[in-house]
Amino acid sequence: MELTSPSEETKKPQKKAVITESVPKIAKIQLVSSHPEVYEPCDDSFLLVDALLADRLNLINQNPKFCLEIGCGSGYVITSLALILSQCNPSTQFFATDINLHAAQTTLQTSANHGIHCEVVVTDIASCLQKRLQKSIDVLVVNPPYVPTPEDEVGAVGIVSSWAGGFNGRTVIDKILDVVDELLSTNGLTYMVALSENDPSEICQVMREKGFGSKIALQRSTEEERLCVIKFWRERETNEVDREITDNGSSLNGWLGRVPFVNSLWKKGNETSNS
Amino acid sequence: MRLLTHNMLSCNIKGVTNGFPLKLEADKWVTKEVDLNADFLRGVFPKIEWPALVAAARALDYGDLPEQADGSMLTSEDFLRRFHHALLELHVEEGALVCPETGRRFPISKGIPNMLLHEDEV
Ligand SMILES: C[S@@+](CC[C@H](N)C(=O)[O-])C[C@H]1O[C@@H](n2cnc3c(N)ncnc32)[C@H](O)[C@@H]1O
Repeated sequence: MELTSPSEETKKPQKKAVITESVPKIAKIQLVSSHPEVYEPCDDSFLLVDALLADRLNLINQNPKFCLEIGCGSGYVITSLALILSQCNPSTQFFATDINLHAAQTTLQTSANHGIHCEVVVTDIASCLQKRLQKSIDVLVVNPPYVPTPEDEVGAVGIVSSWAGGFNGRTVIDKILDVVDELLSTNGLTYMVALSENDPSEICQVMREKGFGSKIALQRSTEEERLCVIKFWRERETNEVDREITDNGSSLNGWLGRVPFVNSLWKKGNETSNS
Repeated sequence: MRLLTHNMLSCNIKGVTNGFPLKLEADKWVTKEVDLNADFLRGVFPKIEWPALVAAARALDYGDLPEQADGSMLTSEDFLRRFHHALLELHVEEGALVCPETGRRFPISKGIPNMLLHEDEV
């Protein structure tokens, strides 16, 4: 039952899809499994899902093959992403990782409760997947442990590791930033939660140096914390565009005319190199 | 755990250079049908290490995959059906993944592989 229901839903009411689409589905709190040692969906989880909902059309148009959540906890986020995509992209595959075995089991249960299938692996960040899934992840979502804590609490056994972020809350975040480049596909998108204490603009700077564009997709303040969701994407390099132009050979103008987006990018690149 | 995931996992113990493919030892597995999408299969085929998929499928008593495969086979409906079945419909519930270089065993329990390393392995 778990597996067939989402794709069946897409098949049946094709004509009505447009109408039902106006109320996009996300995970239902009452169907989210729980465990005393697993992080329950909180303001940060809701913010991340809201950012995904706001970017829903972009995500759907991307027609992702592979999506990955690092640190899946209860499974609320990856299940919501799967539900957002399932209607139009029934073949998208979902992977999730956590260092906490109970979280992995809870995520599997939560996704099954929603008729979704997600492949869950217990691992540190994505270490056992990053080699083979190199440049293959089309959507990466992360709500990392971001709370500034003493370094020795990071990765501790049990629930502590779901929030303990070490110095400036950046210890796990920085490790994740290191693998984004390895994992993300050419058009891949990353959505990551951060706290103001994590210094989001410095995070964006780090990613800019790796060739990524970024923006604050959404932010929200609660009584205790100021949270945001940062979105990253691979910036198209000017010389990459140049290479494609030469590859396409003879009719340079004709080709550029057909691809207005690349055309403007190319011009922009030229302007900067002239100045 | 689907065989798609098996195909994407490698052993990352410090110093291991040849951590792929992990040998699959399966004690319990189930089949769950799911709709076939030919475009998806064609898109994902180049990312698949074919011999690893064949070996893993065999560990689940599924021997209907050809020993070798190339892109030209993706036009065959029969081939796509077998590929689809092996990649997405077989789920390992209980078993282990064994590192080809060190012999280290990673358990699969309730469908979840536990790839966490011990402190002296990272
Ligand atoms: C803030 S919780 C978020 C849980 C869930 N994604 C959500 O949004 O509700 C962070 C999660 O990351 C996991 N985690 C912490 N360190 C990790 C690591 N090094 N690798 C993978 N997961 C990790 C924790 O176990 C926890 O489940």
